[in-house]
Amino acid sequence: METFVFLVAGAACLVGALGVVLARHPVHSALSLVGTLFGVAVLFVAQNANFLAAVQVIVYAGAIVVLFLFVIMLLGVDQSENLSIEPIVGQRAAAVVVGVAVFALPVLALASAGWEATGQVANLGPLSGDGYGVELLGEVIFTRYLLAFEVTSVLLVIAVVGAVMLARKNRKADELEIEGLGSVGPDGPRRSTNAPRSSDSTDDEADAGGGDQTADTADEEATT
Amino acid sequence: MVAAVEPAWYLILAAMIFAIGAVGLLVRRNPLVMFMCVELMLNAVTLTFVTFSRMLDDIGGQAVVVFVLVVAAAEVVVGLGIIVAILRKRPSATADDLALLKG
Repeated sequence: METFVFLVAGAACLVGALGVVLARHPVHSALSLVGTLFGVAVLFVAQNANFLAAVQVIVYAGAIVVLFLFVIMLLGVDQSENLSIEPIVGQRAAAVVVGVAVFALPVLALASAGWEATGQVANLGPLSGDGYGVELLGEVIFTRYLLAFEVTSVLLVIAVVGAVMLARKNRKADELEIEGLGSVGPDGPRRSTNAPRSSDSTDDEADAGGGDQTADTADEEATT
Repeated sequence: MVAAVEPAWYLILAAMIFAIGAVGLLVRRNPLVMFMCVELMLNAVTLTFVTFSRMLDDIGGQAVVVFVLVVAAAEVVVGLGIIVAILRKRPSATADDLALLKG
């Protein structure tokens, strides 16, 4: 039974992974990624990591892939990429060689170890003891790895703040570039210059209001 | 079905997924697709951790996977923020244009 599950889920993983790499359209890549993630989740279940399988589906398929698709749709970068042109001659051949090497290295290491894991058995706690599964995992995370768990929460807060800061539209910087630096590249002027002067009043208010904005203006002056 | 599944099969499968992800990261030029390839590699590694956890009968491997998942989520959020910031300036940016980050 496990052989059957392994073969089907493994095939799903490999097909999905190849789909991510070979699909021309980013949306197709993202959907192939879902296939791989589900395959890995099934393999987790096959190896008695039920909680991780649930988290894998919820976090990866439910959040991360949706985030990818959201960004693809938001930016409208969903045009197909022409994969037939090779920007650097010999890049693909070299990449495949590197890929084969990356595959061969762990497999050879595994073969030299006799296809077995060399390490202490049940160092932190036996997987097959009492409180099998979720309870044991929770116990380890909230006792032995408690500090790491708390630091993780700080990391998540930092990630949220960083994402908001990065994705925020910096209006003043954009206007400055359209007027001065001229970032009108091959893509053409993206923002129709909607009367830069008309927003002066709001800018003044913002300057009076917060130290954040004044820091931004100082930055801009430095760049000009 | 002929043979029972050896845990080593899982490791080989994970190595294959990791290699495919690495090749994709080297070959593709769309930053979003490159990011998905990084996710593939992360997933291969989590599969390896779970397999080792089973081989050694140790809960530690699964505990590490929880943290890998959290870090992966944070990394995706920040990385996609950077990609949004870049692609907003140049909608057709590829990985070659990331020199733009020099400011």
